Amino acid sequence: MSKKVAFLQGNEAATYGALYAGCTFFAGYPITPSTEVAEIMSIELPKIGGKFIQMEDEIGAMAAILGASLTGAKVLDSTSGPGFSLKQELIGMGCISEIPCVVYNVMRGGPSTGMPTGPSQSDVMCAKWGTHGDHPAICLVPSTVQELFEEMVRAFNLSEKYRTPVFIMPDEIVAHMRERVVFPEPGEIPLIERTTPTVSPADYKPYDTSFGDVPPLAAFGSGYKFHVTSLNKAQDGFPTTKAELVQAEEERQVRKVEGNADDIIEFEEYQLDDAEVVVIAYGSTARSARYAVNVAREQGIKAGMFRLKTFWPFPYKQITAMAGKVKGFITPEMNLGMCFGEVERAAQGKVPVIGIFRVDGEPINPDQILDKIKGVK
Amino acid sequence: MAFDYEKWIRPGKLPHIWCPGCGHGIIMKGMIRAMESLKLKKENTVIVSGIGCASRLPGYIDCCTLHTAHGRAAAFATGVKLAKPEMDVIIVGGDGDGTAIGGNHFIHACRRNINLTYIIMNNNIYGMTGGQFSPCTPTGALASTTPYGNPDPGFDVAKLAIGAGATFVARGTSFHANQIDKLIAEAIQHKGFSVVEILDDCPTTYGRRNKFKSVIEMMNRLKDIAVPVKAAEKMTAEQLKGKVLTGVLYKDDTKPEYTVEYDKVIERAKAAK
Repeated sequence: MSKKVAFLQGNEAATYGALYAGCTFFAGYPITPSTEVAEIMSIELPKIGGKFIQMEDEIGAMAAILGASLTGAKVLDSTSGPGFSLKQELIGMGCISEIPCVVYNVMRGGPSTGMPTGPSQSDVMCAKWGTHGDHPAICLVPSTVQELFEEMVRAFNLSEKYRTPVFIMPDEIVAHMRERVVFPEPGEIPLIERTTPTVSPADYKPYDTSFGDVPPLAAFGSGYKFHVTSLNKAQDGFPTTKAELVQAEEERQVRKVEGNADDIIEFEEYQLDDAEVVVIAYGSTARSARYAVNVAREQGIKAGMFRLKTFWPFPYKQITAMAGKVKGFITPEMNLGMCFGEVERAAQGKVPVIGIFRVDGEPINPDQILDKIKGVK
Repeated sequence: MAFDYEKWIRPGKLPHIWCPGCGHGIIMKGMIRAMESLKLKKENTVIVSGIGCASRLPGYIDCCTLHTAHGRAAAFATGVKLAKPEMDVIIVGGDGDGTAIGGNHFIHACRRNINLTYIIMNNNIYGMTGGQFSPCTPTGALASTTPYGNPDPGFDVAKLAIGAGATFVARGTSFHANQIDKLIAEAIQHKGFSVVEILDDCPTTYGRRNKFKSVIEMMNRLKDIAVPVKAAEKMTAEQLKGKVLTGVLYKDDTKPEYTVEYDKVIERAKAAK
């Protein structure tokens, strides 16, 4: 039997990806350019007995998904820049209380209201540093509509596996373009469910590290009584200010993601085997980069692309390994140098990093990238 | 036989953080009596709070408890309830948490008429942060941020809830301890969004600044201003000046409840497939 194929918009594919992943609860607030996700969820979720709620504001939507997740549901909230800013405090609570959830953030021009219908990639640092305090961050940056579907499934899997909020952040171009999507069959992409306790309710502790860095999470209403707090907590879930307990929990929360970076980080290596100039790109910008690399190759230039699929954790190790072998890195992005800065860290001064930055609401075209490729000597 | 509060208290979690003379403990005991009288199942009960002195209450009670961020309790509780309507979900918190930073979530939870019970412990002040004025601080009162007297008019929490669409609204005081459990029990039984405002005292940050000589004097104030709704019917406007009505102030059993309505959405969606 042939697979189902459809011509879908990015936001549509993302929504179907979430449903494929087993999402049963959506809360959101209308915001351009991500509203299609809420609209489709309002149609599809009740059909499967799931729940859709349009909340009174962005913060309320984030609160609602965290509450629903604690009942065991797989949850999604969709938004864009201003909404992403508003949610940051509760994203921090998702991190410290270790509540799985997926936040879909379509990147538009900013800061503030910025350019609501213009593309941007300027939220990638907000994903890492937007909420206060030390915390883990997982952020996926898909580049095609097909990938938006598949990466949405991976976002849910990572969120459940690591018991933490996961961001999936297409730029507005990827979110609103239309492409052919081949739907995976049910079961074709494995789904990961959060680990639930095997101990009795009397012995259950919601942050019991004897089960590893990602402790099992019981659901409210499943027979387990436990406390969840936004305060720094001990393994039993109750607040503590004991220095050694707080230090250990904070370090574990970050370690469970950073220590598993190899499992989380995905990337595409395009024409890298003999590459002397490497374009490091993500999202729609990677599409221009691929074209530029192809043209450069036709002209005899050994160019390649390292395409980020995971922005956080950042693939420092992979980029550092390339730094000793190539003549230059080029980082095109629709912001003023966010990926650029991380690539400079990874390059450790071994190789020049050349940025191409646009924040004018226009995409970076292949010619701009080709010019820089040619400039590397 | 004396009532067994300890059955509902988590072992090892007392003493609580509340100051001597604070009424929050009286309200917690009333809440426990209410839950016991309704035979709520601990595993099936979620208590949600935001931030503040009152919001520490869930940590003491032996059921599913969720202590969230400042002002967000009603939105978290909405997520819990919509995802699992079979659970009993109770929100507790203070006046600042519920009606200032959380005011938007509060009025919209009222509007939806989702089957939650919100217990607002109104002590007219931000206690935990040291006595700044709240939306429920009386005009003219002294707070750490109103050193020349509070210029702001206050909220009437019950009127706010009724106006926003809550379908059960009651008011008690921490002086009238024996009434608290009955009001809360009736609120929990109500199928819709219920609000129980309990007028309370903060001797530490409000009483001392506002020339109350003792906790007893603050308690006596609650006793003096409270007028049961039945008694108020026979009183003149002049007699009711400076008084506050207590008891069940509003009840509407006709407005549809949100999770029941959402089940109908599911039915319609499935039929349209």
